Amino acid sequence: MLSYLIRRILLVLPVAFGVSVICFLLVQIAPGDPLTAIMAIDATAEEQAAMRAAYGLDKPLPIQYAIWIGNLVQGDMGKSIATGRPVAAEVFGAVKNSLLLAVSAAVIAFPIGIFLGFLAGYFRDTWIDRAVTALSITGVSVPNYWLGIVLVIIFSVNLSWLPSMGAGPGGSQSWAWDWAHIRHLVLPAVTLAVVPIGIVSRTVRALAGDILSQDFVDALYAKGMSRADVLRHVARNAAATALSVMGLQLGYLLGGSILIETVFNWPGSGFLLSNAIFQRDLPLLQGTILILALFFVAMNLIVDVVQAAIDPRIQRT
Amino acid sequence: MPRFLKGAVAIATAITLSCATFANAQGVLRVGMTAADIPLTTGQTDQGGEGMRFMGYTVYDSLIEWDLTSADKPSVLIPGLATEWSVGEDELTWTFALREDVTFHDGSPLTAEVVVWNLDKLLDSEAEQYDPRQSAQGKSRIPAVASYEAVDDLTLTITTTVPDATLPYQLAWILMSSKANWEAMDKDWEKVAMAPSGTGPWKLEAFVPRERAELVPNADYWDETRIPKLDKMVLIPLPEPNARAAALLSGQVDWIEAPAPDTIPAMTGNGFVISSNAYPHNWTWHLSRLEGSPWNDIRVRKAANMAIDRESMMPLLGGLMVPAKGFLPPSSQWFGAPTFDPSYDLEAAKALMTEAGYGPDNRLTVKALISPSGSGQMLPLPMNEYVQQSLAEVWIDVDFMVVEWNQMINLWRAGAADEAVDGAQSINFTYFIQDPFTGLIRHLDEGLIAPNGTNWGHYIDPEMQALFEEIKTTFDPEAQTAVLQATHEKYVNDALFLFVTHDVAPRALSPKVEGFVQAQNWYQNFSSISMAD
Repeated sequence: MLSYLIRRILLVLPVAFGVSVICFLLVQIAPGDPLTAIMAIDATAEEQAAMRAAYGLDKPLPIQYAIWIGNLVQGDMGKSIATGRPVAAEVFGAVKNSLLLAVSAAVIAFPIGIFLGFLAGYFRDTWIDRAVTALSITGVSVPNYWLGIVLVIIFSVNLSWLPSMGAGPGGSQSWAWDWAHIRHLVLPAVTLAVVPIGIVSRTVRALAGDILSQDFVDALYAKGMSRADVLRHVARNAAATALSVMGLQLGYLLGGSILIETVFNWPGSGFLLSNAIFQRDLPLLQGTILILALFFVAMNLIVDVVQAAIDPRIQRT
Repeated sequence: MPRFLKGAVAIATAITLSCATFANAQGVLRVGMTAADIPLTTGQTDQGGEGMRFMGYTVYDSLIEWDLTSADKPSVLIPGLATEWSVGEDELTWTFALREDVTFHDGSPLTAEVVVWNLDKLLDSEAEQYDPRQSAQGKSRIPAVASYEAVDDLTLTITTTVPDATLPYQLAWILMSSKANWEAMDKDWEKVAMAPSGTGPWKLEAFVPRERAELVPNADYWDETRIPKLDKMVLIPLPEPNARAAALLSGQVDWIEAPAPDTIPAMTGNGFVISSNAYPHNWTWHLSRLEGSPWNDIRVRKAANMAIDRESMMPLLGGLMVPAKGFLPPSSQWFGAPTFDPSYDLEAAKALMTEAGYGPDNRLTVKALISPSGSGQMLPLPMNEYVQQSLAEVWIDVDFMVVEWNQMINLWRAGAADEAVDGAQSINFTYFIQDPFTGLIRHLDEGLIAPNGTNWGHYIDPEMQALFEEIKTTFDPEAQTAVLQATHEKYVNDALFLFVTHDVAPRALSPKVEGFVQAQNWYQNFSSISMAD
């Protein structure tokens, strides 16, 4: 197990390096000028050139990358061009808010998805299966930003039950686990949960159905095992794959919430990323993408390790 | 009572109580801005006109300010931190008398030495307090300034490089930060950003980057008529139009900037008020005047202007526009009396095109740069498609080159001759046209041909250049107004742009918002506002 763990961690290093190169190059490809956000719109060419030099944007790309990665390994992610604030503080503050949203969505989505998936798998080819399948396909298919707007219209505008935007009184820096703040989390978390509910339920349905049709299940029943005990065995067999899907989904929830965070004005990494894209704020863009990508890599690592712990067969492959 | 029933009652009570918090405390105005972040708080703001509106003229003052008290007439300059100013016989040296007993929010006094310190903050890269971020916003606003000096505590002189009678307008951009506060914050502008100090009617009390800023009244403000009535004003960045509309409709904010036209019926139907007014904004096509451009023919320029039925464009924008009759809005004090009327007249437009050698069998094709969105661009795609269809009526076929807004700014700065523009003969760019320089001079001055300036189309006309010189050397305000009018008349009579429309700065307000007077200006006075019970 230890050697497996070390091997997986060592594999992360080249992946992280590749991610940093891709992050850096991707943001350079986009047309536009990062200095637009901070310069008076009619700044002269001379003033633009002076500002470009001040931010090191006049240097060749390989040198810009070398400076960036050199600072990065020393823990300095630079400063946002648009705001002048340290990128690390901006990104980690936003990622914290996105994690709050992503984990809340996962807490809603995963139990519901697992329950519905098992239900459909157990009652395969019945009306229950068809109902769950329809529900999960709908969940995956509905554009979640559209759903978010609809929920806002119903629950914020028409019913005035829940707020439509923001992270609560005083902003995200004053977050507390009280109703005044949690109510701001409800609509974005529910909206964000819809897609993973569909994906997890589809996955678990397929796994449960497949495992239930295997010979060892019949053998377990033949040995006189109760239905609950048999289902426990089925769950254990399905857990490794389901866990893998859920781990990836958590990564998607964190990085893929850009539209939801925009619709709900949630101050997370998606919202930050969206603004950084429009402003061509290269240091912030590079920093945000890198952290999100590394989070995804870390999630994969954790999932692999947990999978190996659950299913010893994985370590041998 | 059964446990589940108790739980249900508790939840219902919690929801009821939480809904009650929507009903805001009296005296707090919550504003949904279009900006994605709180504008720079240290003095010279970013985020364009919105930054100056909410974080500039609220927390800070300038030597000379805009009169924001009237909705009925165009804004004019009024004394701010300077009570009077005059130019010497050399027409270069200006003397400013500073207002007495003005203090910053931290209690330090405003003196001529502090004003010099502020100018160094923007112009002197060797100065300890030089701030590249503020300089990037302010330096280009005061191109005339050559040097400055504190004569005594309350007297300041500013010398210009050449005679320039537009200096007062330039100085209306420059906001004064507290030197004492900067020193108290370890001479660190990042720390100042979290606890800034100006002389303005509002103090920044709390600030969460990207989320909110809370302003409270400065009870010691030097102009008693502008001490805010509200207890607090909260600024919330809400860049997404639907999120802004939902926040207003659900009672989370009391005021939103720039409601999308299609949301206005829902707002008015729910009792919200749409406030708007003419102001110095222009939605236009800036035309290329490079050799070979079809827009070099005045008959084509006039025909294109007369082909646009601006009145029929109004429903597209929910009525929130002023049809253009020239480059400046018709209500501008500098509009003058141009002889060319660009109003819709299809037959006259066709006659001009025929005279220019075009017709149904010999159509003119032009290439136009447009963006799908952008600050101040209103609804650029449908509006440009409307213009495209209108021009097709007079045998002008328009090919669009669509670029994202950030790139559009680069192409605008680069100018019509730049390779990146790819031969486009016009650019749809909206303009802040509030003063003589931004309103008229910068677009057509031969000394500002792009990329060294903002004369995108490479326009050169000695007659126009002479008018620009006359604006700068006419120090009598009334005489200067006459020259500005003559300049604008030439703009219109020569049909130098495709004049389409002016925005009216719509904002949607809760019916509780009282006392707001929307000035014909990019900036507004929030001091007169109060919230009804």
